[in-house]
Amino acid sequence: MFRRKQKQSDFNSEVEAHIALEADRLKEQGLSDKDAQASARRAFGNVTQAQERFYESGRWRWWDNLRQDVRFAVRSLRRDRGLAFVAILILGIGIGANTAVFSVVDAILLRPLPFHEPQSLAWVAGGDGTGGLSSVSFQVVGFEELQRHAHSFQELTSYMPFFGDSDYTLTGRGQPQLISGVMVAENFFQTLGVRPAIGRLFTTDECQKGGRPAALLDYAFWRREFNANPGIVGKTVTLNKQAVTVVGVLPPSFDFGSFFSPGLEMDVFVPAVMDNIRGWGNTLAILGRLKPGVPVAQAQSEARILIHEIKAKNPNDFYLDTATVTGLRDHISGKLRRSLIVLWCAVGFILLIACVNLSNMMLARSAARGKEFAMRLALGAGRGRLIRQLLAEGAVLAGAGVALGLAIAIAVTRLLAHQGSVALPLLNSVHLDGTAIAWTIFIAVAAAVLFGFAPAIRIFSTNLQEALKDAGPGMSEGRKHDRMRKVLLVSEVALACMLLIGAGLLLRSFLGILNVDLGFQPSRAAVIRVRYDDDNNAARRGAVLQQILQRVTALPGMESAGITDMLPLGRNRSWGFAPKGKVYPKGESPDAFVQVVTPGYFRAMGIRLLEGRDFNWQDTSKSESVFIINQTGARRYWPGEDPVGRMSQGPGPGVNRVIGVVSDVSETTVEDSAVPEIYVPATQNDPEGAELVVRTKLPPDTLSSSVMKTLREINPGQPATEFRPLQYLVDHANSPRQFVVMLVTSFALLGLLLASLGIYAVISYSVTRRTQEIGIRMALGAQKRDVLRMVVGQGIMLVLTGVVIGIVGGLALSRSLMSLLYGVKPTDPATFISVSFILVAVALAACYLPARRAAKVDPLIALRYE
Amino acid sequence: MSTQEEKERLELLQGTLDLLILRTLIFGPRHGQGIARAIQQTSEDELLVEHGALYPALQRLESRGWISAEWGISSNNRKARFYKLTRTGRKQLARETVKWKRLTTAIGRVLSSEASEG
Repeated sequence: MFRRKQKQSDFNSEVEAHIALEADRLKEQGLSDKDAQASARRAFGNVTQAQERFYESGRWRWWDNLRQDVRFAVRSLRRDRGLAFVAILILGIGIGANTAVFSVVDAILLRPLPFHEPQSLAWVAGGDGTGGLSSVSFQVVGFEELQRHAHSFQELTSYMPFFGDSDYTLTGRGQPQLISGVMVAENFFQTLGVRPAIGRLFTTDECQKGGRPAALLDYAFWRREFNANPGIVGKTVTLNKQAVTVVGVLPPSFDFGSFFSPGLEMDVFVPAVMDNIRGWGNTLAILGRLKPGVPVAQAQSEARILIHEIKAKNPNDFYLDTATVTGLRDHISGKLRRSLIVLWCAVGFILLIACVNLSNMMLARSAARGKEFAMRLALGAGRGRLIRQLLAEGAVLAGAGVALGLAIAIAVTRLLAHQGSVALPLLNSVHLDGTAIAWTIFIAVAAAVLFGFAPAIRIFSTNLQEALKDAGPGMSEGRKHDRMRKVLLVSEVALACMLLIGAGLLLRSFLGILNVDLGFQPSRAAVIRVRYDDDNNAARRGAVLQQILQRVTALPGMESAGITDMLPLGRNRSWGFAPKGKVYPKGESPDAFVQVVTPGYFRAMGIRLLEGRDFNWQDTSKSESVFIINQTGARRYWPGEDPVGRMSQGPGPGVNRVIGVVSDVSETTVEDSAVPEIYVPATQNDPEGAELVVRTKLPPDTLSSSVMKTLREINPGQPATEFRPLQYLVDHANSPRQFVVMLVTSFALLGLLLASLGIYAVISYSVTRRTQEIGIRMALGAQKRDVLRMVVGQGIMLVLTGVVIGIVGGLALSRSLMSLLYGVKPTDPATFISVSFILVAVALAACYLPARRAAKVDPLIALRYE
Repeated sequence: MSTQEEKERLELLQGTLDLLILRTLIFGPRHGQGIARAIQQTSEDELLVEHGALYPALQRLESRGWISAEWGISSNNRKARFYKLTRTGRKQLARETVKWKRLTTAIGRVLSSEASEG
């Protein structure tokens, strides 16, 4: 029960009223006004005392004490301005980094996906869910059969994952523009529970063969391209030369790219007309909503059985043997879980180091204030009150740290949400929300208690007389507190050591990946998306492509040029083929990632031709079908033989001859081991788009305008597109790993910095305390060298202890990094040794500075000191 | 006034002030000065009530819910805070009165027996 208490002012007026009433009574008895007043006051007694008693019984005292504590804390911290500044800075960085990383973890791993009841959404992948897009996607027949028979699902939907960056050309609005689009099944948005911001979703009619072409716009694209004009809904735009009606705009929370193709922004959505793609291979990625209460495992076993049945019904033209069902969240961010947890731990380590560092600082500070506290205790201050004051100092520092930390976190999350170069899913939904702020406050309170408490413990053990007698630095200070400081220092070094080991291992893995032989040369090469007109005629296509390549190669500074339809490390697809005279076990019939390329592509990419010949313009639809295979494919499908000259049914039309072998190229990721790849000529097979690769003698940028001019001359409809360095593909593929590695490494360096600060502070403090002792030693004949050795030796012993503990901890922890490492063992001796060396070297420097100060001590002054 | 001051008055026993305040209020709401006055008058000026000490006691009783208070106007037109006995205060008064009577009787017995023995 919270009863409102009388206010102080109210109480005062009551006292005044009492005295007035008493005076009135006395006047009635005949006293003069003045005497009556005086007498009434006398009868009342001590007014101030009454007020005090009133005040002490109230809870105002508690509030006043708190305010006083905070004011006092601010004042006393202002006196130690330098220390307070460093403390707030350290804390701010620690809290800021923690909050920012928490926001990332929250966005990618914790926060529910922005769909209706996201926990019941599941992803259905073909096969075991690994491999290229072709091996995890489905044919139309598979999708439709699953839709009809899978009882675990309320609804199943699909989209076509074989989109690239800018597949669609938007014309009729100034210069032609390349935009990205994806084909989705009719019920795609309904299944996810996404409602359009404006307009409507697709109708059944629009998803049928011959239906009116329709498109939905992405929210960001609508704002950028149509200035957020709602009038565009119902109008037509020209997409790939076809008039398409815009039926609606999707809500801002729906960012297709960030869920299904990180790093790519989707601009338009068009219906996937199943009858148009029925005859194609694996083209649909499937996802669905499970019925309430149905676990993923049940859907998984049902899907597996259904796939067997579909396969039995279509033995010759169904390409999957099984299917894998996972939660949608697992599909989107499951692979990142471990990296993000590592990141989270690393940043947690930073906060721990920061707290240990601050405890140590506060401890040193409170030691210097030992006499002040003893004096106040002797004068009657309660121990509880002193502890509260110390905690208040911690709270003031933590409060300032939180303010700084939040500012840092806001800046970092803004930066992350608006960058486009890190291909992490959901990254652009990163922002500071209530959860993140609650988290910040939680860690700040924890931190304040941690570093406010260490000095507070001292107060309990302060012996008044001892402390007051203590004449100052000359007396050796309690061993207990010295030990506490040393323990803190050792643990700080150990934490920093573990962090550095983790970062070192990740960094070495990353460097290893950068050195992987990609199979092509990304330097001095660039890519540009080309549009050309071939009227769907293979013979005409050959002539157009040849013309483009001849004109481009003739430009000054150009070395070579070639065209492919799919670049490595981007989207991919695989085709099957059947080498003549070979029998393969069931389920292992040859297939390989395929690219449709022109002559000159290998030279432009820097892919080495190991055997046989490149394509030439004489390979046409009228001549023999040919293809080129990579080393891994050759070894797998023609083991122990020379594949050049061998025949195969497919991959191109009819019977194909192998005409060459090229080096392996990293196809899906840089770090995965090589897989079979084949190349077929664009003059014999239908390419899906065209990426012009140019290799130049000059920096590629300088040629971008002349290349674009040439392309425009050949095809006035050539849209303005980016001229991207080939290195961009590699960076994009490596960006998630780079993101984690860079962050962990900077956290580790920060940890190292904090640890060295800690070492410096502790040694420096101990030197100050021991000035007199050092003076005596020197007076008794100790040399500067001896003093230097003594001080540095003392520090190094602590650091070495910390390093040993850190290495043991590192050995224990690094095993959990296993799955993130590449080409490095978790016990990699080089990393462990170099980390130890770095730490010891930094520690030496941190000890040397105060030690030099100690060695400069003049014995005369030192002895007189205090 | 001078006659009152010469007289030596009894100091209140610890804890009895609360009881006296509650008893005084049984006749209706009064302000602080009125309570002090009433105690002094009914005790025929035997009891000394330091007026200042009254207020912390009132505060205490109020926070326990035994009395309630309200600003009002006194008979001679001054603003004053009037205290009133609550229902629980009335019960408390009954309990305390019984306790007090038992205590004084017991102490009386002890004191009188001692006198007879001596």
